[in-house]
Amino acid sequence: MSTTFILNGKSTSVDVDPQMPLLWVLRDTLNMTGTKFGCGMALCGACTVHIEGEAARSCITPISSVAGKKITTIEGLSTDASHPVQKAWIEEDVPQCGYCQSGQIMSAVALLAKKPNPTDADIDDAMSGNICRCGTYQRIRKAIHTAASLQAGK
Amino acid sequence: MATASVLDRREFLKKSAASGAGLVIGLHLPGKYEALAGIPAKEPAVINAWVHIAPDNTTTLMIDKSEMGQGINTALAMILADELDLDWEKIRTVFAPAAPVYFNPVFGLQGTGGSTSVRASWETLAKTGAAAREMLTAAAAKKWNVEPSTCSTEDSMVLHKTSGKKISYGAIAEEAAKLPVPASPKRKEAKDYKYIGKPTKRIDSKEKVTGTADFGIDVREPKMLHAVVARCPVFGGNVKSFDASKAKAVRGVKSVVQVSTGVAVVADNTWSAMQGREALQISWDEGGNAKNSSEAIHKLYQSRLEQTGAIARKDGDAETALGSAAKKVEAIYEVPFLAHATMEPMNCTANVRADGCDIYAPTQFQTFSQLTGARLSGLKPEQVRVHTTYLGGGFGRRAEQDFITEAVETSKAMGAPVQVTWSREDDTQHDFYRPSVMVKLWAGLDAAGRPTAWKTRIVGPSIMSRFFPGSVKNGLDDTATEGIATLKYDVPNFLVEYLLTEPGVPVGFWRSVGNSHNGYIAECFVEEMAKAAGKDSVEFRREMLSKDSRQRGVLELAAEKAGWDKPLPEGRYRGVAVVESFGSHVAEVAEISIDRKSKSLQVHRVVAAVDCGRYINPETIRAQIEGGIVYGLTAALKGEITIANGRVEQSNFNDYDMVRMNEAPQVEVHIVPSNDGPGGMGEPGTPPIAPAVCNAIFAATGKPVRRLPIRPDDLT
Repeated sequence: MSTTFILNGKSTSVDVDPQMPLLWVLRDTLNMTGTKFGCGMALCGACTVHIEGEAARSCITPISSVAGKKITTIEGLSTDASHPVQKAWIEEDVPQCGYCQSGQIMSAVALLAKKPNPTDADIDDAMSGNICRCGTYQRIRKAIHTAASLQAGK
Repeated sequence: MATASVLDRREFLKKSAASGAGLVIGLHLPGKYEALAGIPAKEPAVINAWVHIAPDNTTTLMIDKSEMGQGINTALAMILADELDLDWEKIRTVFAPAAPVYFNPVFGLQGTGGSTSVRASWETLAKTGAAAREMLTAAAAKKWNVEPSTCSTEDSMVLHKTSGKKISYGAIAEEAAKLPVPASPKRKEAKDYKYIGKPTKRIDSKEKVTGTADFGIDVREPKMLHAVVARCPVFGGNVKSFDASKAKAVRGVKSVVQVSTGVAVVADNTWSAMQGREALQISWDEGGNAKNSSEAIHKLYQSRLEQTGAIARKDGDAETALGSAAKKVEAIYEVPFLAHATMEPMNCTANVRADGCDIYAPTQFQTFSQLTGARLSGLKPEQVRVHTTYLGGGFGRRAEQDFITEAVETSKAMGAPVQVTWSREDDTQHDFYRPSVMVKLWAGLDAAGRPTAWKTRIVGPSIMSRFFPGSVKNGLDDTATEGIATLKYDVPNFLVEYLLTEPGVPVGFWRSVGNSHNGYIAECFVEEMAKAAGKDSVEFRREMLSKDSRQRGVLELAAEKAGWDKPLPEGRYRGVAVVESFGSHVAEVAEISIDRKSKSLQVHRVVAAVDCGRYINPETIRAQIEGGIVYGLTAALKGEITIANGRVEQSNFNDYDMVRMNEAPQVEVHIVPSNDGPGGMGEPGTPPIAPAVCNAIFAATGKPVRRLPIRPDDLT
């Protein structure tokens, strides 16, 4: 059975088991590997994408549940790192191994869409579902403030 | 390691994404250089190259280390940029294939570990860069018919200032390659460095923020299949029999094959393979560990603690001095097994064919991966090509070969490229764990509170017995005693014993290795000694460290920057610890508060001082200390792998959780300027944080924390 959704602005159809999580459709069916597998249980945030603008864990999202919906992945932010959040990440030298950063960035973008000028407490609230084993947390916090300034055109 | 691996010139050029011309320079052995641009393109040659300069003036740097977060691509590019006067924007990096020329001189193998990335490469790469610069300068001078000494280099160009002539490296590289390689090229002076020692942004960030950095799990080869492996839940157990009929009925499943670690389910996507594994029916021969438990291991360690061990260090006569001490301190400390929990679960992609094998892997040990591939495929090592990807965390876990083995065996059985992916549960339950240890310590103080004797007895497993068995002699494994046997405190009678004890749980290298537990134990025990002596924590340590020691230097700097002598706000407490590891010294002061009602702890701030000798990128030092602290804090606050019925009880981040942003302290890093030899930086930030936090708890509660992870009852 085919499922159709809007992936990074493009209508996309896949013929897979309706229960297959969006994460694996992206990674294995569509070969879009920017979205990462970390835990498979929505515990680490590595697989975070946006569904209709909301941050969602693609590892527990059956593909059937996103039929007709708009999905944005890290590849949809920009390919040249020109999105303000990506720029801020580079500016603050955030990544270490980098594996969790797609998910961190997607969570941060969703946060800034709701709260353009978040406090540290807002950031901790929104970002504590995303694990980083390299321990880049304080740089992420700083980069989110930087991104907020960039988005405000400051 | 006698096998000479042949890497053909075309492969290097393909990897460096450059055309067939230009200058390729590298070296066989330290000091022996070889220019290889004259070798015909189709002829295979043993290329030992680090640097390729293409006609378009891009410079490709072969990275012989694994990048797992430590920023090695950036550090090596900085070294080359300085010695070769490169235009920073024109540097590209590629990961080196497995070949003897890339052996890490510290191990005699190609690999990344022991915080050696920069230390092992600095001299070699600097010389290579300096030699290339001399050759390019000589070629340009010859072309212009001027003396090389009248030319200079800048931003990937050779310049002749008097005539105003200039030429790009790319335009002169082919001529340069024909010149003899200088035996002792002139090196830059430190004052002329533009990059080394200066804060420099990472060169891999763009890839890592756009999702385009390829980790092992992102490898997508044509016709590649996906597999997961069902492994015996009990360590050392084997497959007795299995029924694959239900697994094969799962949509997308292609095949089920037995491999040495268990049963692999192969499908056209990872999820189908996982579903197939769920449907698999396996009967296991659980072997001798089936009844093992944390309690049994605890009892085993306790009984071993009553025996005397092999002597790892002996200064003076600790027994006699303990007998005559004015005051005695005695304690038993314990730490649990820990999983590494790299964010990228273990995985490997292999493509075994009759005439060759490609291994695409996030590996820390390329030489082992190549040899593993050769052994299992029946091919020669030089027929096995290892493609190192980015590593989504390493921490020592990726020094192992289990994930390589599974991919090679499955690909061989399928006759197709196969990617084996581990689930988080696989990763948590089939690790090579940080050893659990039990340690008894005795100290004697004189009437003035000065330590006169210190005896330590360490009980725990040996990593090296499995990994490098030849290095274990007389029952001693340095990785089990480092952090205590290496202590610099001035205690005249000092004894360290080790009782190598096999717990039936596989152990491996875990960020900072023995220092991760012994650093905690030694620095908490020192705190107990300080309290017994009635002295301030910093002062007590200072008195035991020689005046000019680097250890004392970082201790004093951390104390000063943390405001050790200044009062804290109500409800805040401080603890300090200082640990030397991998040639670097790190002191950390942790500031905490405790909510006694909820029995919870918050670490607000950590002030770290580091002396790692000469360094490349201060920004990397900061990042590694920040990250090392978070890694060590997870171990202090949460980490514990337990065993029941021979099985690991934890499975995923729900029951083996990590420190998250809301628990991460603000870290301040202060670097001591130093001309000492370069020390490591990937690991030394980790050992001091657990004792610094526990010593802060001790300050708050008056009770030492002798067991990790910290429990709610430790906070009352």
